[in-house]
Amino acid sequence: MPDTILVVVEQREGKLNRVSWETIAAGQAIAAATGWTLEAAVVGGSASTFAAEVAAKKLAKVYAVESPKLEPYTPDAFAAALKQFLTAKQPRLVLMPHTYQVRDFVPKLATAMGRAVISDCIGFKHENGKLLFTRQMFQGKFAADVSFTSAAPWFATFQNGSFRGDKAEAGASPAPIETVNVEIADIVIRNKPQEVFKEAKQAVDLTQAEIIVSVGRGIKEQKNIEMAKQLADALGGELAASRPICDSGWLPMDRQIGSSGQTVAPKLYLALGISGAIQHIVGMKGSRTIIAVNKDSEAPIFEIADFAIVGNLFDIVPPLTEEVTKAKAGSQT
Amino acid sequence: MKILVCMKQVPQKDAPLKLNEASSWIREDVSYEVNEPDAFALEESLRQKEKHGGEVVVITSGPARSQQVLREALAKGADRAIHLEDNAFVGLDAFNTAKAFAAAIKDEKFDLIFTGLQSDDYGYAQTGVILAELLGWPHATIIMQIEKTDGGIKVKRELEAGFFQFVDMPLPAVLTIQSGINKLRYATLIGIKQAKNKPIRKVALAEVQSAIGENLQKIERLYVPQKTKKTEHIEGSPAEIAKKLVDKLRNELRVL
Repeated sequence: MPDTILVVVEQREGKLNRVSWETIAAGQAIAAATGWTLEAAVVGGSASTFAAEVAAKKLAKVYAVESPKLEPYTPDAFAAALKQFLTAKQPRLVLMPHTYQVRDFVPKLATAMGRAVISDCIGFKHENGKLLFTRQMFQGKFAADVSFTSAAPWFATFQNGSFRGDKAEAGASPAPIETVNVEIADIVIRNKPQEVFKEAKQAVDLTQAEIIVSVGRGIKEQKNIEMAKQLADALGGELAASRPICDSGWLPMDRQIGSSGQTVAPKLYLALGISGAIQHIVGMKGSRTIIAVNKDSEAPIFEIADFAIVGNLFDIVPPLTEEVTKAKAGSQT
Repeated sequence: MKILVCMKQVPQKDAPLKLNEASSWIREDVSYEVNEPDAFALEESLRQKEKHGGEVVVITSGPARSQQVLREALAKGADRAIHLEDNAFVGLDAFNTAKAFAAAIKDEKFDLIFTGLQSDDYGYAQTGVILAELLGWPHATIIMQIEKTDGGIKVKRELEAGFFQFVDMPLPAVLTIQSGINKLRYATLIGIKQAKNKPIRKVALAEVQSAIGENLQKIERLYVPQKTKKTEHIEGSPAEIAKKLVDKLRNELRVL
């Protein structure tokens, strides 16, 4: 029997997480490179509801791993269910999206099986029959090619945006679906989760903004935010920030860009004093044009910038605001 | 409450990093600092102790330089420290780091273990959850709030895209702490003075060697990432840069 790659897709609160299509695309690419068989699994209280949607993709098989104990999500139940399922199936490679939910249970699952997770990968390589997973290190300043040295199953998670979900190939005919019922004893589940909620009504929807001026630690002090605001106003854009700025209360949380905030893809993203930590980049790397101003020429933000300005933002921004204002006034007359 | 805080020393955020000759790791002659989420984990442990009493113990693994992280934690108010001191700890994967920590604390009885949600160097985001599984404890990740309840604790988990969730859980438990859960304190002069008399237990590699095994994953090579984007540098005086940028915005990007 050939080796199998199993993609565990994510569903939350009765919805399939779109990032799952990216992981299926990753699985299809690895299957093409290795010749291994690709299968998928949906895990949840009523996983079979989502199985048909997944089975439309080019996959050899889709499993619906079900138990009423999987609703609501707990790491204990998910790890227990998947351990049972994977121990029986013995896939060579298990792929998942690197979501907050996966981060919550996959290290536990792998440890329970005596295996390792190569987490937050951005790609893979298949060199001389060896499978390598590429991941960022030191906040994106370096990349590492990492191999598994343990027995299978191997676990790898892919960072949001590493593969194109819309490139996940559809199958010629729907993949067969098998429902797998797992038994989870009550005593296994120790956490009692309450309803998922949003803190406050999101006042600004940054996803609709065409121009975003975003500030990071380089802005230094709260009073300097005004300078960035003036540039945003001059450009007719929205002001946003990286996490540390919102953590400090300098801007409200609903202006935060990144994995814990909003994911945006404006026409123009102007990053001021943002170093480009991975958690921020995943929230804005889809922007059409990225202009970055940073005094550190090695800041990871420059890796994804279309235009780079190495310099002090306090020198650059005021004349830029002035020029933009002039240009706008000029175009109106 | 007796709380253990796992802390890590990582290169400073804006430290220029260089690869070593073997391209297996960075050159170690850089400035280091405490991993930022770990600083928030420490702060949270001190606040919990101030509310409920108990003890705060900090633990790290790494060469002699990493003791600085423990010294700073003791100066901020931690009661004592455990240092797994050996350069070999730097190369351990998350699975073995967690195993080494579990071995080093096997004679202790903690109610809570905190870690930062991930490290700025490897960025595995795994060690805390692995440690929970090794100890057989429940865990919760990316925590933004902790309250003691009658039966244990109630924590606020951060989910993606602005969502949150409260979770009730029993003790003992492992929590991975999100940056921004609290406001960090500075060490006071008196704290720095007192820290000098606080105990640091050193644990040699040999003491935990039997608990750890071969790494389950291996970094084959470390390299500067190939750029996928063509980046155009805009240079000149601030006034020149402003003019050039506005020209781009108007004529190339057409957003003005």
